[in-house]
Amino acid sequence: MAEMYYWEAIRRAHDEELANDINVIVMGEDVGVVGGTYKATLGLYQKYGENRVIDTPISENSFCGIGIGASMAGLRPIVEIMSINFALLALDTLINAAAKIRYMSGGRVSCPMVMRTPGGTAHQLAAQHSARLARLFMSTSGLRVVTPRSPLDAYGMLKSAVRCNDPVIFIEHERMYNMREEVPDKEFFRPLEGAEVVRRGTDITLIGYNLSLQLCLEAAKRLEKDGVSAEVIDLRSLKPLDRETIRRSVEKTHRVLVAEEDEASVGVGSEIITTVIEECFFALDAQPMRIHAADVPVPYAENLEKAAIPDADDVYRGALSMLGRA
Amino acid sequence: MNAADQKRLLREMTFFRRFEERAFEAYMEHKIGGFLHLYIGQEAVATGVLEMARRGHDYVITGYRDHVHAMKAGAPPREVMAELYGKETGSSRGRGGSMHIFDPNAKFMGGYALVGEPFPLAAGLALACKYKKTDQIAICFLGDGANNQGTFHETMNMASLWKLPVLFVCENNLYAIGTRIDRSTAVTDQYKRVCGYNIPSSQHDGQDIEIVMDSAKKAVDHVRSGKGPYFIEYLTYRLRGHSMSDKTAAYRSKEEEQQWQRRDPLKVYADKLKKAKVLTDDDIKEMEREIHEEIENEVIKFAENSPAPRVEELNKYVLDDNPDPRWIGPLQNTYQ
Repeated sequence: MAEMYYWEAIRRAHDEELANDINVIVMGEDVGVVGGTYKATLGLYQKYGENRVIDTPISENSFCGIGIGASMAGLRPIVEIMSINFALLALDTLINAAAKIRYMSGGRVSCPMVMRTPGGTAHQLAAQHSARLARLFMSTSGLRVVTPRSPLDAYGMLKSAVRCNDPVIFIEHERMYNMREEVPDKEFFRPLEGAEVVRRGTDITLIGYNLSLQLCLEAAKRLEKDGVSAEVIDLRSLKPLDRETIRRSVEKTHRVLVAEEDEASVGVGSEIITTVIEECFFALDAQPMRIHAADVPVPYAENLEKAAIPDADDVYRGALSMLGRA
Repeated sequence: MNAADQKRLLREMTFFRRFEERAFEAYMEHKIGGFLHLYIGQEAVATGVLEMARRGHDYVITGYRDHVHAMKAGAPPREVMAELYGKETGSSRGRGGSMHIFDPNAKFMGGYALVGEPFPLAAGLALACKYKKTDQIAICFLGDGANNQGTFHETMNMASLWKLPVLFVCENNLYAIGTRIDRSTAVTDQYKRVCGYNIPSSQHDGQDIEIVMDSAKKAVDHVRSGKGPYFIEYLTYRLRGHSMSDKTAAYRSKEEEQQWQRRDPLKVYADKLKKAKVLTDDDIKEMEREIHEEIENEVIKFAENSPAPRVEELNKYVLDDNPDPRWIGPLQNTYQ
């Protein structure tokens, strides 16, 4: 067992899946010679060659389309989009093609491909490099959307994503690439479906995914010092959503707060709270709460960016106010 | 080419024409819904090009005007008609309809409504062929209108750069729905547009199937030999409207339509074969009678008598219906 950075975990999953299956290829901008903007494919071009780790031109919609076409003919491409902002250019091939081909062919053709991308705000990258957009893919039938919270999950889930027969949108986070965690040396897989109770508690349920899950965990630690027992749920898979785990937790704690880094409207929090209302409305002792970004394009200035994006303190204060202790 | 093949090709094109005319009737009877885009007038292109490909071996992909490409690639006509009828026995199990015929047995990888989307998908199919070192190629049929999409330029660049075995067939029918090509496109000769990507290309008459076949053979051979993509343009004409509701009078003249009627690919070929004494008017009559019977007795009857998809199966085919729990889970939580 060794500590591993998030980017190293992603790189290891690539390496093992490339070694395991000759049908696995990697495509994207600077994934080859350079080894990936976030080092997720470092050294793999040198190890597996240019036919398997393919540097593409800056043509997101078409190189995603090429990945999709290759998957229809039996390959298992892992396509990297350098930033989720650029994935907007590829929505035609991802949403109109990858998400729909299995259905509109009556199950006769499938697209087993993975589109990996970092989604989230980093540090002062301004509006066109700070998109989150998980909600956009989460609202699309025919896709799987997963958001690994840590190196361990990133490694195990990427390996599962490569082997699964559906198109998977795999959303990482720029501020998580240097996060470290112990990862077993022996190969393992983490299933794509199912939310996970990552901390047990009785007074309130905090729900998050990728970076916002980390905010929930940090807030839960602080709440503990105040005598509040917070349960923390990692959604892990935004689509399909694990409604059962959410319901069981809220039935126990009677309070729910959802943290997301995105703007609130028509977002992950909206969906989770609707789920709670549909599943267990009468279990609630307080109005559900969303902790989310301000409804603005992400600003550049450091103080404005900080004000726009939620942090662990926001989650902590939100939870206290819900418990009537703020 | 021998007389038997010539007769067969005329029969195939005639079959495709009558198939679509019969689909039009069924549409007017409300047995077919949605959009219905007919290929009438362009049959020599798909029939001629795919005659030069290996059926069930080479990948074929196209836009929404896809019935004839699917059938010539090898999709059974009765399954294509059943798809138009929205039946469970259809090519896409009634989930796709006219614009989304799929038949992986024929390596027909779909019709797509997004103009320009098949370009990268075709390049991806070709990338897989090259990667696996098979002798397959991918053939992508699209209209002139698709060449104004960004995917055209992005894909031409990558296909050329990576020498992918893909044949791009441009069916230039002069109109993007109702906008004439010179009103939408700065360079109207489409084959010239790929020279910026170092892709060899040529332009040919698309109404004479033997001209189509001769030119397609060279293009297919080029692509299969590993020299990279080829772009071939055929000048052709859609004799009907873009779809059922399009009346054409708003954007093109009667004279122009009549001029192209005289170059109807069925008429061009029938005249040629009669002149060469390959067949007579009586042979054609007999052929038409056989086609009529085949369409009514095998194609239409099958479509009409097939069951509709079951509503209980609405959610089938969204994701893999039998996923491997090792990768999918779900993750087990223990509750307290």
